[in-house]
Amino acid sequence: MTDLAQLELDLINAIGAAETAAAVEELRVAALGKQGSISGLLKGMGAMSPEERRERGPMINGLRDRVSAALAARKAELEAAELDARLKAEHVDLTLPSRPRRKGSVHPTMQVMDEMVAIFADMGFAVAEGPDIEDDFHNFTALNFPPKHPAREMHDTFFLTPDPETGERKVLRTHTSPVQVRTMQSQKPPIRIIAPGRTFRKDSDATHTPMFHQVEGLVIDKGVHMGHLKWTLETFVARFFEVDDVDARFRPHHFPFTEPSAEMDIRCDRSGGELKLNEGDGWMEILGCGMVHPNVLRNCGIDPDEYQGFAFGMGVDRLAMLKYGIPDLRPMFEADTRWLAHYGFSAFQAPNPASGLS
Amino acid sequence: MKFTLSWLKEHLDTAAEIDAVAEAMTMAGLEVEEVHDPVAALAPFTVARIVSAGRHPNADRLQVCQVDTVDGMKEIVCGAPNARAGLTTIYAPIGAYVPGLGVTLVEKPVRGVVSHGMLCSAAELQLSSESDGILELDDDLQVGQPAAGVFGAEPVIDFEVTPNRSDWLGVAGIARDLAAAGVGTLKTPAIEPVAGTFPSPVSVRLEAPEMCPVFAGRVIRGVRNGPSPDWLQHRLTAIGLRPINRLVDITNLVSYDRARPLHVYDMAKLVGAEIVVRGGQTSEAAAGIAAGTPEHLIALDGKTYAVDASMCVIADAAGERPIGLGGVMGGESTGCSDETVDVFVESAWFDPIVTAQTGRTLSLNSDAQYRFARGVDPASVVPGLELATRLILDLCGGEASEIVLAGQAPADPAGFAFDPARVAALTGLSLTDDRIAEILAALGFEVRRGAPWTVTPPSWRRDVEGAADLVEEIARIEGYDELPSTPLPDLGAPARGVLNPRQARVRTARRALAAMGYAEAVTWSFTKRSTAALFGGGGDRLALENPIAADLDCMRPSALPNLIEAAARNAARGHPDAALFEIGPIYLDDSPTGQRTVIAGLLAPKSPRHWGGAAEDALFALKGDLMALLDELGAPVASLQLVQGQNRDWWHPGRSARLQLGPKNVMAEFGALHPRVLKALDADGPMLAFEIVLDAVPEPRGKASKARGSASLAPLMPLTRDFAFLVEEGRATGDLLRAVAGADKALIAEVRVFDIYRGPGVPEGMKSVALEVVVQPREATLAEADIEALSTKIVTAAGMVGATLRG
Repeated sequence: MTDLAQLELDLINAIGAAETAAAVEELRVAALGKQGSISGLLKGMGAMSPEERRERGPMINGLRDRVSAALAARKAELEAAELDARLKAEHVDLTLPSRPRRKGSVHPTMQVMDEMVAIFADMGFAVAEGPDIEDDFHNFTALNFPPKHPAREMHDTFFLTPDPETGERKVLRTHTSPVQVRTMQSQKPPIRIIAPGRTFRKDSDATHTPMFHQVEGLVIDKGVHMGHLKWTLETFVARFFEVDDVDARFRPHHFPFTEPSAEMDIRCDRSGGELKLNEGDGWMEILGCGMVHPNVLRNCGIDPDEYQGFAFGMGVDRLAMLKYGIPDLRPMFEADTRWLAHYGFSAFQAPNPASGLS
Repeated sequence: MKFTLSWLKEHLDTAAEIDAVAEAMTMAGLEVEEVHDPVAALAPFTVARIVSAGRHPNADRLQVCQVDTVDGMKEIVCGAPNARAGLTTIYAPIGAYVPGLGVTLVEKPVRGVVSHGMLCSAAELQLSSESDGILELDDDLQVGQPAAGVFGAEPVIDFEVTPNRSDWLGVAGIARDLAAAGVGTLKTPAIEPVAGTFPSPVSVRLEAPEMCPVFAGRVIRGVRNGPSPDWLQHRLTAIGLRPINRLVDITNLVSYDRARPLHVYDMAKLVGAEIVVRGGQTSEAAAGIAAGTPEHLIALDGKTYAVDASMCVIADAAGERPIGLGGVMGGESTGCSDETVDVFVESAWFDPIVTAQTGRTLSLNSDAQYRFARGVDPASVVPGLELATRLILDLCGGEASEIVLAGQAPADPAGFAFDPARVAALTGLSLTDDRIAEILAALGFEVRRGAPWTVTPPSWRRDVEGAADLVEEIARIEGYDELPSTPLPDLGAPARGVLNPRQARVRTARRALAAMGYAEAVTWSFTKRSTAALFGGGGDRLALENPIAADLDCMRPSALPNLIEAAARNAARGHPDAALFEIGPIYLDDSPTGQRTVIAGLLAPKSPRHWGGAAEDALFALKGDLMALLDELGAPVASLQLVQGQNRDWWHPGRSARLQLGPKNVMAEFGALHPRVLKALDADGPMLAFEIVLDAVPEPRGKASKARGSASLAPLMPLTRDFAFLVEEGRATGDLLRAVAGADKALIAEVRVFDIYRGPGVPEGMKSVALEVVVQPREATLAEADIEALSTKIVTAAGMVGATLRG
């Protein structure tokens, strides 16, 4: 074995045996540093004869390259092992729970109101609002409730304490119809609005709460008739329940403010707490409607010989219960966080025509 | 209103079964609430006869009977004392559901003897409310005969009478509508007048024609009162009325048959020979009686009622003694009994509003009151009296006087013009003129077909006043199923959406708060008045006159009390960590402009412990949520003033603030709630909250263009410089921040607080506020001198608010 071969073997063995980056560095200095053994050989090449240099040069350079490569490789190897060891020490138990985040929610009644607004917006209905505390005229008289008529009693009205000076007794609106009155008084036909909001009746049992929500609708134009009413509500109900078609029927009824008046029923099976539309042979009333009474139009400054139209009203809370299988009405207003978490909706579930209502 | 199928068939010739009748009623607007079919419930039960009855071997009170039944001879154990050989009674087989017990019979031994069925009492079959033994039936009945037939049980329809249709409060009126709807042929028996054989010894004087414009009556003498015949008793019990005696039962029959209430007075108990109809009176002062004391009536229900001038009183004794409330209830003093011999029968017409109000004021309801309040047919005064006379003569015998008639019935409804084209115009139905006229005629309207038509409503249809009413009649009889379904002209969704800016903001706030982790609640618009007072409300004008409950007697001045109480309820259930919000109304006064929309949030910061240590301070987390929300709503967040120490008194004085654009434009209050208020609401604190008055948040100015303008993205690196200032404890850090940020608005992009320090090195009463100022060069890189100059400006600005650079 030549001296060069012996040197290479020794160096390579030493590099392979080096356990730390520092040991590798030490070897590098010993071989390739200023005083290094290979550096010495390289320096010695200057004193060689051209023949000798031609022979020994490539051997020494080759030795240098291989040793450099071995040093680099060993260094990388050791660094990787060091990193591995450090990372191993950095282990974190990720089965630990993250900090809990509160999950917020949108109330089902409000979600359903948003759904209704979305459906009616698509049919060209604007959204009108009005005060909860109303006067007798807007809540009753304008709507063709004769004074002292028994129909007023059916509304179980809440009254505020009378004004000591005028004796006037304000009421909590029993329906959102006063908004219709205010709209007709302030806006010329054609009118197409819905009126969502809080309504109040002095009634409290398993299926009634003293406060609830209504969405009413009003369409006033020339030539609008009950056929339009029927189509509008059939279309609405199908879109609301997110089905192609709803088996619905219209039944005569009586309201002071509409003539003719109707109630709309849908065919459904509610056994087992879940609403199965278009099944079974039971009918369930879901809303009241009719052609706006000529007296109401007149009371609001609209000529019933020129314009006519229809109105409808429905209970939002009740429709929310029906659609989403909420068994009881009263918890809707109790703000039990467990209930809100269960029946509430994600902030990002805003009803829209692209992703559907719900 | 209830009626039976057989009763209906007295007026309507029809082969329709009960379900078909109910369906036709519903579709004609008579909304059926319930069809009760006792025939179905009685189906398993049949007539049986006890052949022998012997003592039970193991029980003294029980007997073992051999019974001849539809199923052959059966051994049945019976506990009734009246079980005996030869008794005809009702047998229930094994497997039958006994409605009065709510059980289904199974074969099992009773004290060691197996009973193969059951013998039934009236109560067990729900034929009466109580009974003291098994049924004892006529021996002529055959074993195996169905029980339903024995008891005359038949289906009963209960339906809702809408307030406009008083004529539906009589079976005859229901039959008329059903005939018009094609269910059968109307055959209401005609009323035959009874000629009086002597002048009425009782006369009538009307002193209050506005309450009672017409009053007819007659005397029938020599009647024999007592229990009604079976057919009449059955008819009344079937619809839930209690038979009393022949005279009373007859008035009830006419009331339900023709919607014509009547009253019968026992003549022997009348004082004087004159009936006076007048308003209620108050007494003049007399010994022991204060002036203005109202007169009283002891009514047939045994209760005493104080009568006022708005009520209609029937009086005798020359008008002195009240003997009835007109149209509502008769008096006990002149009521009929089994001993009654001579009677005076009243058939009058009382004003609907007066009757309704009397019933309401006295909380006194009767079948008569219900009918008069809704409007009885004024034309039925005399015919109703004739019908009652005929029935009394038939059932009680006696002799009728001539009719005495005082006053005049209200005029019949006037005819009005009607264009049959209105039917198509309002409903979209296309019907021939003949069909339209046919429907109206079937309902009793008089139709004169000219140009235009003249239509006169019948006397019992005072609710019909114009063309729209007639259109409803025609449409409902033709059937709403026939209405077309006609698409509304498509206007498309409005180009700018349908929500106004306020409505859109409510929607944004709802979704934003839900995303921030708050659960939306919807709570009452009411609160307790004393609670309202704690939150700046509770005034007289917002108190409810008739609250649903004592703790919901006032309109709320804030949404916070309801949220606090909700959080307290959740805590009481073991869920104290609540984050709730509500977007809804508050009420400042009772005018249409006194209502505001608030966005209220409540945080009960009871986060569970976490291995990673405490989270961010809850109060500042809430402030962060509030500011982020206002930013989402487009509020001018940068120019908002935060003012401490001026919140209203339901807030913690040291831990709350308000956000305002100026002292008169407060947009929101937030912070910790006052412990005193929480305690008053039984809530464990601390609780944090905010309430934004949405109406006070200015809407961003509408821009002509949707374009955003160009973004100015500086090409140069921002740099930061740190400063520490000594500030007096009482000084708001916000003032220092604003001053520093304002030192050079062009260069200073942001000022951050990264430390607040008190302790060694900082004098007592002072705090050290460490700021990181982010500097954004705009034009060119800053030289050291530029930065020095900026630092000087910052220190100077800080000095203006009393802050000195910490050495």
